Amino acid sequence: MAGFLIRRVGQIIPTLLFVSLLIFGLQQLMPGDPALILAGEERGDPLVLAQIRAELNLDRPLHEQYVLWLFNVLQGDLGFSWRIREPVAKVILEKLPVTVQLGLMAFAIACLIGIPAGIISAVKKDRPADWVANGVALAGISTPNFWLGIMMILLFSVNLGWLPPSGYVALTVDWRQSLATTIMPAFVLGTGIAAVLMRHTRSAMVQAMNQDYVRTARAKGLAERIVVAKHALRNALVPVITLGALELGTLLSGAVLTEQVFTIPGFGKLVVDAVFNRDYPVVQGVVLVVAVIYVLLNLAADVLYVLINPRLRHA
Amino acid sequence: MSTLAVAAQPERIDSPTRRSLRRLMRHRTAMLGLAIVVLFVMIAVLAPLVAPYDPTRTSWTAIRRAPSALHWFGTDENGRDVLSRVIWGARASLLAGVVSVGIAMAAGVPIGMLAGFRGGWIDALISRFTDAMLACPFLILAIALAAFLGPALENAMIAIGISATPIFIRLARGATMAAKVEDYVEAARAIGNPRWRVAVRHILPNIVPPLLVQATLTIATAIIAEASLSFLGLGQQPPAPSWGSMLNTAQRFMEQAPWMAIFPGLSIVLVVLGFNLLGDGLRDAFDPRSR
Repeated sequence: MAGFLIRRVGQIIPTLLFVSLLIFGLQQLMPGDPALILAGEERGDPLVLAQIRAELNLDRPLHEQYVLWLFNVLQGDLGFSWRIREPVAKVILEKLPVTVQLGLMAFAIACLIGIPAGIISAVKKDRPADWVANGVALAGISTPNFWLGIMMILLFSVNLGWLPPSGYVALTVDWRQSLATTIMPAFVLGTGIAAVLMRHTRSAMVQAMNQDYVRTARAKGLAERIVVAKHALRNALVPVITLGALELGTLLSGAVLTEQVFTIPGFGKLVVDAVFNRDYPVVQGVVLVVAVIYVLLNLAADVLYVLINPRLRHA
Repeated sequence: MSTLAVAAQPERIDSPTRRSLRRLMRHRTAMLGLAIVVLFVMIAVLAPLVAPYDPTRTSWTAIRRAPSALHWFGTDENGRDVLSRVIWGARASLLAGVVSVGIAMAAGVPIGMLAGFRGGWIDALISRFTDAMLACPFLILAIALAAFLGPALENAMIAIGISATPIFIRLARGATMAAKVEDYVEAARAIGNPRWRVAVRHILPNIVPPLLVQATLTIATAIIAEASLSFLGLGQQPPAPSWGSMLNTAQRFMEQAPWMAIFPGLSIVLVVLGFNLLGDGLRDAFDPRSR
C-alpha cells in the first residue's frame, strides 16, 4: 500500500508541472500588453510602464518569468488581483467555502437520487422502471444546468414564491436561510451528477447481479432484498464511490454557471467577474486551484479504490 | 436443401461496417436521435426560408408579447420574434458543436496516433501533457481560454475545441496502441510500407468507429459549452442570435416574459438529447458488448 501511494504521488508531480506550464501559457494568449491595462490613464508614461513591467517581471525572458511565477506559486503566492487589489490566494480562500458548501450539498443530492435510481434500474432491467430511469438520466445529462436553474427560479420563486430566487446567507449566520438560498442551486448542480451516478450504478449493479456469488445467495434462499442490498450492492458500490469522487471535480465546473444564475458569491462567480474585469491573475489563480483540486481528487479516488477493495489492498 | 447445394451458393459475408450500420438502423432510440439531429440541421440550413421574421428586426410596438398566432414563441425585450431567433440560433449552436469538435479531432487524433504509434518518450511527454489538460475541468478551461482570446463565437469555438482535444488524444492513442499489434498492421509493415503510410492507410481507418462515437457525444457537450459561454457573454455577441445569449437576456425578464427563457432552453435540451441518443446508439452498434 505504501509503495502504491509513493508511486501514485510521484505520478502527479509531472502532471502538476505540465498544469503549471499550461496555466502560465494562458497568460501569453492575452491580447495586448498587461502593463498597458494596469497603467490605466498613465499608459502614456514610459516610466510607469517600465516600473509595472519590472514589478511583474515582464521585462525578463519568458523562461525566467515562468520559473519566478512557479516559485511564487509554490510559496502560496498566486499574484495580485488587478481589480480587487488584494492577493489572489486571499480572494480565492474567501470564496472557496461558499462553493464547497454548495458542492457538498449538490453531491449529497446527487447520491440520494442517482444511486437508488441506478439500483432500481438494474434490478428492474428492461422493464418500465428501467426505461423511465434511463430516460430521466439522459434528460439530466442533456439539460444545461443554467437553464434548469432559470426554470426552477421561474417555478419556485416567481410562480410559487417558496424560495428566494438569488442571494446567499452563510451557514454560520442563519442555517435556515442558508439552506433556503442554497437548496435550489444545489439541486440544479446535483442533477447532472445524479444522472452520471445513476448510469454508473446501473451498469455496476447489472454486472454484479450476474455474478456467481449472487446466484449462490439466491440459491441459499435469501430474500431478494437481502441479495440486492448485502451481496450485489456492496460490491457494485466500489467503482461508483471512486467515480463519484471524480465527479466532485466536475461540480466545480458546474458551479461557475449555477452561481451566476443564482447570484451566489462563490468561486464560480469570482472567475466570471474576473473574466469581465480582465482581472487575469484571478482567472489564472482559479484555474490553477481547480486543476490542483482535480488532480488531488483523482489521487483520492485511486487511493479510495485500493482501500475499499481488499483484493487490491493486499496485492 | 442439401449440404452441397448450400456450399455451391456464393458466400455473402457482410463487412463489419455494414453489420454495424444494420444494428444502428434497428436501434430505435438512435434513430430518434438521428431524426432530431437531422431536423435541427435542416432548420439551421434553411433558416432564411423557414424563419418567419428577420431575427434582428426590432419592433417597439411588439415588446415582450406572449406567444400568439403571429409570434408562435412570443417576442423579446426589443420586440424581436423569438421563434426566428431560435431558428437562427440553431446555426450558431450546431456550427459551434461541429467546428469545435473538428478542431479537437484535427489536433487530437494525429497527436494521439503519434503517441500510440511511436511510444517511448514521445508517448510519455504527450500523455503527461494530456493528463495536465484533463486536470483542468472542461468548462473552466474553455472559459479561461475564451477570456484570454476575447469574447466572440469564433474564439469560443477555438476555446471549446482546445479544451476537448485531450479526449481525442487519449482515445486515438489507446485505439492506435491496440491496432498496431494486429496482424494486418504487421503485414503492412512487413511489405515495406513507410511508417506514415501504415498509420494513415492501415491504422486510421480501423480506429474511426470509436472516434465517431466520441465525436457525436462531444458535439453534444460542445453545444452545451457554447451555450454556456454565450450565456456568460463570451460567445456569440448581440444582436446575432444564439440560444445561450438569449437565455442570458431572458433571465432579466423572467416575471414578465418567461417564454423568452423556455424556448431557447428547450431547443438546447432537444438537440443535445438528439446527439446523445445518436452517440449511445452508435456505441451500441459498433461495440455490441458495451450495451
